[in-house]
Amino acid sequence: MKFAAAIVLLLLSLAALTGPWIAPDGGQMQFRDHINEPPSPQFPLGTDPLGRDRFARLLSGARISLLLAPAAALLAVLLGALIGIAAGLRPGWLAHLLSAACDLTLALPWFFLLLTLRALIPIDVAPAVSLLVTFALLGLLGWAGPARVVQAGVQDTLRSPRILALRARGAAPLRVLTRHLLPELAPLLAGQFLALAPVFLLAEANLGLLGLGVSEPMASWGNLLKELESVAVAGPAALVQSWWMLAPLACLLLSTGSLFILAPREITP
Amino acid sequence: MSHLVGLLAILLFAPPPAPQRGGELRLAVQAEPRSADPHIAADEPSELLAYLTHGVLVRINRLTQQSDAELAQSWKSSPDGKSIVFSLRPTVKFSDGAAVTSADVCYSLARILEPKLDAPNGDSLRGVAGAVRCAPEKNRVTIIFEKPLASAERWFDGIAILPASGKEKIGAGPFQIREWQPGAFITLERNPHYWQRDAAGAALPYLDGVRLDVQRNRDLELMRFEKGEFHLINNLDPDSYDRLRAKGGNSAISLGASLDTEQMWFNQSPAAPIPDSKKGWFRTTSFRQAVSLAIRREDLARVVYRGHATPAAGPVSPANRLWVNTSLKAPTANPQQALALLRREGFTFSAGVLKDPQGRPIEFSIITNAGNKSRERMAAMIQQDLAAIGIQLRFAPLDFPSLIERITRTFDYDACLLSGVFSDLDPNGAMNVWLSSAATHQWNPNQKSPATPWEAEIDKLMQSQALAMDPAVRKRAFDRVQAIVAEQAPFIYLIYRNSMVAVSPRLRGVQPAPVRPQVLWNVPRLYLQN
Repeated sequence: MKFAAAIVLLLLSLAALTGPWIAPDGGQMQFRDHINEPPSPQFPLGTDPLGRDRFARLLSGARISLLLAPAAALLAVLLGALIGIAAGLRPGWLAHLLSAACDLTLALPWFFLLLTLRALIPIDVAPAVSLLVTFALLGLLGWAGPARVVQAGVQDTLRSPRILALRARGAAPLRVLTRHLLPELAPLLAGQFLALAPVFLLAEANLGLLGLGVSEPMASWGNLLKELESVAVAGPAALVQSWWMLAPLACLLLSTGSLFILAPREITP
Repeated sequence: MSHLVGLLAILLFAPPPAPQRGGELRLAVQAEPRSADPHIAADEPSELLAYLTHGVLVRINRLTQQSDAELAQSWKSSPDGKSIVFSLRPTVKFSDGAAVTSADVCYSLARILEPKLDAPNGDSLRGVAGAVRCAPEKNRVTIIFEKPLASAERWFDGIAILPASGKEKIGAGPFQIREWQPGAFITLERNPHYWQRDAAGAALPYLDGVRLDVQRNRDLELMRFEKGEFHLINNLDPDSYDRLRAKGGNSAISLGASLDTEQMWFNQSPAAPIPDSKKGWFRTTSFRQAVSLAIRREDLARVVYRGHATPAAGPVSPANRLWVNTSLKAPTANPQQALALLRREGFTFSAGVLKDPQGRPIEFSIITNAGNKSRERMAAMIQQDLAAIGIQLRFAPLDFPSLIERITRTFDYDACLLSGVFSDLDPNGAMNVWLSSAATHQWNPNQKSPATPWEAEIDKLMQSQALAMDPAVRKRAFDRVQAIVAEQAPFIYLIYRNSMVAVSPRLRGVQPAPVRPQVLWNVPRLYLQN
């Protein structure tokens, strides 16, 4: 199962990376004489209401979603690791303070917070900047979960007989941290990363559906999903008739599903 | 055989079924009304609410464009156009049961003319007619203008009559507000004291109430209409119209070209918190003309509106045959000519980037209301058209209240894409847009004195046409206004869209008009058939 998931992710990533060669315009070119066309050899997934190549937009969206969601997850895990290690290593007021900040962040309705912060971005920023800011916000708001797990992991590791023995022998704290603690925490951090990446993929899709995600003319799986809204409203028959429009949803489900499968079982929510 | 003939005769000559009373008419509004005060209503939902809940002396019939007697049973203008006398209906009452008196009329007029209120219609009337005096008598009001006013009675379609006691939620319209759940819905109930009666002498309106659901998403609005949760959709978008027509039935109705325009404009307000460099571009006529020339209007009409629109030439839609300046033609896109215009002003174009004389790349954002698919698509197409002359356009859809806040109060925007809405064919109906002192002179509102010579000329022409009694003189003046606007491009007119509505088969008495409030203009006579 994990092998199949890894293959799916690999294929999606390959498609995303080769996108610029397959569709150099990133799906932004409007072919105004070819609007709303079904799949054809020229446009494998048809065209949208402005005549843009849906396949090219899907590949362009894959680059954004598959590169930036993991980048945001990495940022969240790194922040969480720093805070979690600091809290784990320094019991006392610092640990209490960080723990309280962690509780507060976890208690916040983070999606609404994200919506508010995203709406505060000035309206005249370039699409690429708004894109980076959106994912940076995702990363910055996602630190609390990993921090809580890492803090617990650090405390567990510090209580292990091996580390206790090392400290009793007078090993330098920095050496304990870099040579013993971090390698112990590595699987934990990888698991957190694998659990957060699909969450951020879905968060971007939600923002896209609300019109607050990646802005036009750039494509992301989130804003491509927005187009499904009108077809979905027309009923299941319209969805079946326009099956090619389901491609972004299929890609999103495949990638999030694969990431969840790859995440260690004890971490998957 | 004789039975068959008899049956046919009954079917042919039987009176139409009597309208059914009762029921609640349900429809969606795309945003919450900003105010229940009819005098400051400037957004479409507020105007609709005012139309449903307040009475005016004279109502412009949306179908015939003639002036219909409403709270005033008759009126007479003086030959010099400096005064008008309204005779009030003797039995008209507000929704609280108090009689509508000439004192209420004078109070409403004084209120709307009060500069502090910033009422769009009041500002225009003051700007054109100068000082206005109101002399109340029993069941009669004489209104005297400092300057003569053509078609004076038509101004009163936009002046809701409020009780002199100052309760702005009390009106003499067919309905009154029952409940207002912010962000969710407004329910209206029948005004028990409404003055109108049908041909049989029965009290109007037929409906018990109206429910306005705040529903921004047009797809959901259509879905709820198809499920029977809404009885009508005013302003049907092209996708929805085509979808309903494809499904068969007669619920989707195209009323032909509307008076409304889709237009964009640049923010030229000195108060705008945007860089001076941008203000400099936006105030340059050649820059605006170049942007106008780069846009492929025929593509907007064909791709975005699926043919349910025509490229725009100027501020007046060809649907307004009386006042349109037929010598104006919609510009044909010509990027080379656009670049030539810009080069003459010192702009440079190289490597696909347009730069101003100081070497700054030309980038600006355009705002529009989020959720309006047609405008979002138009913005995406304009983005590509302007990229061809090296302009980077950023698109920022905003929720409607934020958009209105930016274009009317903070002026924190570069350019805006929105529609121009007209419910009156007469140029006086758009006075609040054209006068440089008006609050809704959107590219540079509330000017103390006209910022440019051509705005001064527009002011003069608009005032002279409003004061002239000769229709030919008025037409010449307004033709010139249209020509100036087309040349100076403070508004870049893009398309004239068709007016399309959807009406449930249950809703009867419908006579949709291509101007707002389309299906609802004769709301007292609408009824729901079980």
